Amino acid sequence: MCAVIGCYLRITLAGFHRYSTYRQAVLAGTATNIVFGLIKVGILSGVFLARDGASIGGYDLKTTITYVWLGQGLLGVVDFWSEDYLAERIRTGDVVVDLSRPWNLQAALLATDLGRAGYSAIARFVPQLLLGALFFPFRWPDDPMVAPAFVLSTVLAVLVSFHIRFLLGLTAFWLLDSRGVRGFYGVTSGLLAGLEIPLTFYPQWAQTALSFTPFPSLLQVPINVFVQVGDPVLLLTQQLAWVAVMVAAGRLVLQRAMHKVVVQGG
Amino acid sequence: MAEASVYVRLTRAQIRGQLAYRGSFVMNCLAQAIAQAADLVVIAVVFSRVAALGGFDIHSVLLFYAFSGLSFGLADMFVGSIERLPTYIRTGTFDVVLVRPLGTLMQLFASDFQLRRIGRALTAFGTLVYVLSTADVHWSPAKILLLVLTPLAGAAIFGSIFVAANSVSFWFIDARELANSVTYGGSYLTSYPITVFNEWLRALLAYVVPGAFVAYYPALTLLDHADPLGAPLWLGWLDTPVALLAATAAALIWRTAVRHYRGTGS
Repeated sequence: MCAVIGCYLRITLAGFHRYSTYRQAVLAGTATNIVFGLIKVGILSGVFLARDGASIGGYDLKTTITYVWLGQGLLGVVDFWSEDYLAERIRTGDVVVDLSRPWNLQAALLATDLGRAGYSAIARFVPQLLLGALFFPFRWPDDPMVAPAFVLSTVLAVLVSFHIRFLLGLTAFWLLDSRGVRGFYGVTSGLLAGLEIPLTFYPQWAQTALSFTPFPSLLQVPINVFVQVGDPVLLLTQQLAWVAVMVAAGRLVLQRAMHKVVVQGG
Repeated sequence: MAEASVYVRLTRAQIRGQLAYRGSFVMNCLAQAIAQAADLVVIAVVFSRVAALGGFDIHSVLLFYAFSGLSFGLADMFVGSIERLPTYIRTGTFDVVLVRPLGTLMQLFASDFQLRRIGRALTAFGTLVYVLSTADVHWSPAKILLLVLTPLAGAAIFGSIFVAANSVSFWFIDARELANSVTYGGSYLTSYPITVFNEWLRALLAYVVPGAFVAYYPALTLLDHADPLGAPLWLGWLDTPVALLAATAAALIWRTAVRHYRGTGS
């Protein structure tokens, strides 16, 4: 086993380093996030203008604009759509090498993803937070405790997001090609997590239904912690519960999958 | 014209190839349709909170959405494969494109024709049929012509945006996402009345990149709806000339970009 925790730490740093080499891509991605952010701000401002400023479920115009910029920034950190290394390794059979390494595959891949998220937090989240705060009506928290709670909530969001992508990748053991499943996730996850519009705007029945899924934990919950809508303890507990469920599901499915592996060739 | 027949033959071969994997094709097609329908859900949620957005009711906005989606879907299907350009440049495959006795653009369009992208166009077309069956349009032969020309002109405008934006790849290696900001961003923006956006975003994404002629102006003309910003009603008729202008501009940008190409060496 990767006896000391230091090994995973090194993998995390390697993940951080790997993403920091794609500077142009990060810049291009941030520019794209900003353009989409501007469009969302326009549409949602139109909504409040038509309502004569009346708020929706605790969200006023200022909170909603803050939501947009936090969401655009978190998008790169939480990562809905990146290429799946695992699925590709399963398809080509290279996963056998990964499985025989002296580490826990789930933990090792998570370590890489945390490194990636860490880099994105600096290169993508912070600039967009500043952009939103400097040029738009912005709702800063009025309690210093919000900062650590938001960081924790974001880490939990990355954990949930990683495990969803991990599980989708594992389906390649059964489907051989997981691109279809991941494609469906790609086109629906933004809508279900509240990327386009805050989930608060959805009809009550839809919000209730979504509260039984991990999707709000990806974006809505960390943002709610930041803009101080809802009880922070309850929000973090909700995320923690999903992390526990997803980690367990990941372990179980990986174990099942390993029974399926047949090493071919000699 | 010989070139067009080569394009048709190459495309037909690609379609045959893609239809060979029927299950995968249907699933991909469905994912595209869902991606387009997600925007429809957002519009429905927005209008569950307001009666009008930027001075337009849901029927007008659905008409913008339908024109925009149909235009984007058609453009994506016929020229969307140009998104692979960064890969061709990076791997040096573009050299092969240059030495063949066929137009460079034609070759790229035909290199990866994706019939599954029809999913987007189908969702938008369904919406168009629904809106027109409920809307109160005073039909005339001229308006029927406008109805037919609008998605074609819109597709040409989006196609031009695809070509012009992806030309940036000749200068920046990882610019794919940057191109997405004007292609997908343009599709997102044109689904809404331009009245909700602030002046300079309107100036940039509606007139410099002529997105306003994809859906907004033609829809106003079709509905005899006066523009809240005071533009004359006949502006909708200019969508086809604007599309021709955009195509010419895109062709010029493409030629300049290709001349800039120096290969990747090795």
